[in-house]
Amino acid sequence: MLPDPLQDHPVAAALDAHLPDAITGGHSEHGEPTLFVTPSRIVEACRFLKLEQDFIRLSAVTCVDWHPADPRFEVVYLLHSLSKNARLRLKCWVSEADPEIDSVTGVWRSANWYEREVFDLFGIRFRNHPDLRRILMPVDWEGHPLRKDYPVHGYKYSYPEE
Amino acid sequence: MRETISHTDTITAEAAEQTVAQPVAQPGSNRRMTLNMGPQHPSTHGVLRVVLELDGETILTAVPDIGFLHTGIEKECEVKTWQQVVTLTDRVDYLANLSNNLVYALAVEKLIGDIEIPPKAQWMRVMLAEFSRLNSHLVWLGTHALDIGAMTVFFYCFREREDIVRIFEMFSGQRMMTSYIRIGGLALEPPRGWQQVVGKFINAFPSKVDEYEELLDANPIWKRRTQGVGMAPLEDLLDLGVTGPMIRAAGVAWDARKSEPYSSYDKFDFDICTRTENDVFARYRVRLGEMRQSARIIKQALEGMPEGAWQADAPKIVLPEREKMKTQMEALIYHFKIVTEGFRVPAGEAYQTVESPRGEIGYYVVSNGTSKPYRVYMRTPSFGNLQALPALLEGRLLADSIAALGSMDFVLGDTDR
Repeated sequence: MLPDPLQDHPVAAALDAHLPDAITGGHSEHGEPTLFVTPSRIVEACRFLKLEQDFIRLSAVTCVDWHPADPRFEVVYLLHSLSKNARLRLKCWVSEADPEIDSVTGVWRSANWYEREVFDLFGIRFRNHPDLRRILMPVDWEGHPLRKDYPVHGYKYSYPEE
Repeated sequence: MRETISHTDTITAEAAEQTVAQPVAQPGSNRRMTLNMGPQHPSTHGVLRVVLELDGETILTAVPDIGFLHTGIEKECEVKTWQQVVTLTDRVDYLANLSNNLVYALAVEKLIGDIEIPPKAQWMRVMLAEFSRLNSHLVWLGTHALDIGAMTVFFYCFREREDIVRIFEMFSGQRMMTSYIRIGGLALEPPRGWQQVVGKFINAFPSKVDEYEELLDANPIWKRRTQGVGMAPLEDLLDLGVTGPMIRAAGVAWDARKSEPYSSYDKFDFDICTRTENDVFARYRVRLGEMRQSARIIKQALEGMPEGAWQADAPKIVLPEREKMKTQMEALIYHFKIVTEGFRVPAGEAYQTVESPRGEIGYYVVSNGTSKPYRVYMRTPSFGNLQALPALLEGRLLADSIAALGSMDFVLGDTDR
């Protein structure tokens, strides 16, 4: 279902025609088109956008924690097309109970480190990721620091009265 | 390997000949060696560790290990007010502070919506962002040449770099962590007489670039060590998320200053520098060309600098002048509110990109309507570029790895945040 602000957007319309059940909503705040995609269709959607719509670059993958909402995590994909000079944002909601989503490393190799970063800092697991290890935090670190319920000072060095 | 080392002190010409005559090791044989490059290797320009698997001098696999400089900047942004975060953006990339200030300010201004940045502030931002590009490229050229063995260039580059950090100090009071570009304009009024200082520097600068070029282009060692080294197919580079001068040295004329102009870059006349060779030498030529273009932009900014305000007319966001604060009640109230609580930014999200010296910086800023950012994601160019390191190193010689690594021009603080 294509949302009203994106009815005329050619890329969104093409994606909707190709995968009718993939898009669940979207908006175009500040002139930046954003599509909400069903998590199970994210790889297909990305592959279509890369191969058919020329979004050859994946700028980044990141995540926003909307604790205590459910589903809690919003995984954000920032796409960029050089030939169209256009950017597109895809979003998938991932629940806290089962924080898993398919990896898009098969579509863009650059997703590798970005997904590792999201895994490291938010604890979201990417299925079929070739090398899902921590990247920024030490390998033996416990917890995922960018989650909203993780204290800014950390657990290890917190003072008792804090 | 241990055996070889124990014999090195008594090596003779005969023994050396024998070493050469040894058969090339077969994959899987015990002559494979794992080498830790870093995290304190001087040529990694920070704390990067690369685990190299070697067969003799050939690199079989290279696995970068990052995170040694992770300081949790993104987490810390969430407990600072919107304006305080500017000081954190400085610390992401110590060579392009103003580009980071700029991208954050632009992203938040996009979220605020009804704020108009006066032309003088916009032009000033462009000029300072170009100075920070010069600063970064000069440090890169000096240290990269030093890595490869051309020592003299370092002193020449740092001579000009010193002038630039003095200019930063003149504007902001700080040589490196300037925090000069703020939400709503600039931090301080440009100092009196800045035109003379900038003018003197920028008139002399193009001849200095010629000097570097002369030093390096006529140097056969430099050429042999950079030409045909550190290459990877363009498709791989794009797929691995490489941006900036590296991708322009592979022939892609993509520059965010042209394709998505921000902060009145569309009013300036400059060219995108590209090369097609895609090797270390091409990256050096592209950066050299960018220095010339930056000098052109700064010159235009100097000559056409608009008059007028250097801060937006937005009393709820921009701190009032000291004099007004002492004499007007409203100004005092706004000052108190901004300093104690900070201003609120409407709920929403924005992604803003800026062409930094290293490539695409993108800040994805999410607000939930409070006086602190809900999430600040920093898409840093060094992180994106470093991911392509194995593509540049694998299958090549160990001795070339330093040249290839240096040509990527990453800053580890920028990678790890």
